[in-house]
Amino acid sequence: MDLDLSPVEPFQAEVRAWLRRNVPATPLPSLETEAGFTAHRAWERALGAERLSAVSWPEAYGGRGASPLEWLVFEEEYYAAGAPGRVSQNGINLLAPTLFAHGTTEQLERVLPPMAAGEVIWAQAWSEPGAGSDLAALRATATRVDGGWRLNGQKTWSSRAAFADRAFGLFRSDPAAERHRGLTYLMFPLDAEGVTVRPIGRLDGRPAFAELFLDDVFVPDRDVIGEPGQGWAVAMSTAGNERGLTLRSPGRFLAATDRLLALWREHGADPLLRDRVADAWIKARAYRLKGFETISRTDDIGAEASVNKVFWSELDVELHETALDVLGPDAELEGDWLEGYVFSLAGPIYAGTNEIQRNVIAERVLGLPRERRVGG
Amino acid sequence: MKFVLDAEQRLFGETLHKLLTETGTPALIRRWAAGDRDRTLWTALAEAGVFTLAVPERHDGAGLLPVELVVALHELGRHAVPGPIVETLAAAVLLGEADDEALGARWLPRIAAGEAVVSLVAPAVVRRALDADAADLTLLVDGEEVWSALPEGSAVRSLDPARRLFPVVAGERLAAGPAVPRAAAAAYDLGVLACSAQLVGLGRALLDTTVVYARTRRQFGRAIGEFQAVKHHLANVLTGLEFARPLVYGAALSFGSPDFARDVSAAKVAASDAAYAAARVALQVHGAIGYTDEYDPSLWIRKVRALHSAWGTPAEHRARVLAVPR
Repeated sequence: MDLDLSPVEPFQAEVRAWLRRNVPATPLPSLETEAGFTAHRAWERALGAERLSAVSWPEAYGGRGASPLEWLVFEEEYYAAGAPGRVSQNGINLLAPTLFAHGTTEQLERVLPPMAAGEVIWAQAWSEPGAGSDLAALRATATRVDGGWRLNGQKTWSSRAAFADRAFGLFRSDPAAERHRGLTYLMFPLDAEGVTVRPIGRLDGRPAFAELFLDDVFVPDRDVIGEPGQGWAVAMSTAGNERGLTLRSPGRFLAATDRLLALWREHGADPLLRDRVADAWIKARAYRLKGFETISRTDDIGAEASVNKVFWSELDVELHETALDVLGPDAELEGDWLEGYVFSLAGPIYAGTNEIQRNVIAERVLGLPRERRVGG
Repeated sequence: MKFVLDAEQRLFGETLHKLLTETGTPALIRRWAAGDRDRTLWTALAEAGVFTLAVPERHDGAGLLPVELVVALHELGRHAVPGPIVETLAAAVLLGEADDEALGARWLPRIAAGEAVVSLVAPAVVRRALDADAADLTLLVDGEEVWSALPEGSAVRSLDPARRLFPVVAGERLAAGPAVPRAAAAAYDLGVLACSAQLVGLGRALLDTTVVYARTRRQFGRAIGEFQAVKHHLANVLTGLEFARPLVYGAALSFGSPDFARDVSAAKVAASDAAYAAARVALQVHGAIGYTDEYDPSLWIRKVRALHSAWGTPAEHRARVLAVPR
């Protein structure tokens, strides 16, 4: 057992030097605004040109073939440098792992390089008005037509869709099949004929997500991922990526809690807030070490990804709540901490609510009996 | 970088788990609480190498092996083993670092061999001598001096009857000098690490026991573990323990670095909180039976509450985490 990071130090030093030279001196505007989205897209292009947008991908697709440890260290450096939030994360962290597991070579070659280069920004299209935590209740359809599929229905809470280029999601391709069966995983352009995007303001009014209305949208066969009808298995095989380490890496929380500690000291180190600052700082280090443990394991972490998701999403809220309490009466004023706070509040809801995650932990990790469900 | 136990370390843990399972610690804990000072288990733990882990090689120890020490204390915690184990290990560090070869030579080989049980008082951080009535030596550390100490009067009653806490008075002076405060600080940090490992083990055992109970106990025509309210309690306990454990092993690996004191404090905060949450949930999910003295989980629940405030309170450790300038 060791925590020897020396083998990745040269890579770390290179990343650190590049970030020091290139991270914008003043923070970019919120990526949930049109101007901010454009600025963040330009930043993704700069990262992509240096092969730093998706370091763990093979070089052929625009990455660096980085090891999981190099990726963790990259993330630590990235957030420690105060670099911008990642507007491309839906594509890089959610779609790309699915393509690596189930995509064809043609799909990998066509989809990944523009994603790495920041040229195509992806939105997710999972939820529907009647299918939130209960994703298998989805009703939007994919109907077989010559050369492809016609999509119809409504998707919602589609992160980044207000300004993104393309989206991916699950559609019911066999109307006779129930719930998890008869679903197909598809990619489609958000500017295709028949797609209407209606941005939705999040809690602070910014259009962080959107509703998508799909009216006979044509998708060619080449944009189906995996086998038609096997969409649930395809999507779930990489769901752990979203709940586990990759969506919110430890580096993000290490940097945020270091800033929280500095903020608390600048504001007079109020002893009434000390324990909360300490707890946030400790938990971020716990998540870092847990990440090292996860990548050291040889088995699949499986449902344990849910333990991670509960932990980081609640840590994110706690640390931002603490920062706002340090700011006191100024907490309500626009600023980075408030932006981070509003962003963090969505964490316990998306990627499967934390209530669902706790059920998963209890049933699949601890082995408690499944609840009797209504409608199976 | 490989932040998981290697095969040998896992085997060490499994060997101790097997030994302790065969021993049947609940009966042993009750006997210990009643004043039985039988050393059969202590000797068996020594034979497994537990007490060599904080003793330098020149005094018949294994050198200081913090990761193995955490493995051992996790298992001892899992089985709620009573006795001044953490105190003896911390005392070994104190004696090894006090810059007094004769003193070390007198006690350390006996500690490594399981022939010396040692208790310890360091007024600011460890106020009373645990199980001094069972000890061959009780140390009192005060500033630049180490004294052998004697119990003064009878034990103070603890929530955990298996912990007898003695006020002490100084007897013979054993060592003095500027090395003593440094040795005492090192001993304290190692004690905090060992206590944290024990807490994670105690919490894990409580979780496992409670999960089994929730699967079998039936109310309203179903296993109580089917109810989400119960599930979510247990999921929270697992989450706390899963994130405390890496902090404890991470602290073990920072032994010898300037971060060690901060890291053991972070580990203690997380381990203590996780184990305490495990104890509260164990009590709640077991219902009235868990609140009884005669039901075995009480042995674990009481020990967790005692250790929560032993070897530094959570507030002291949180302050120490933030005190180190960065």
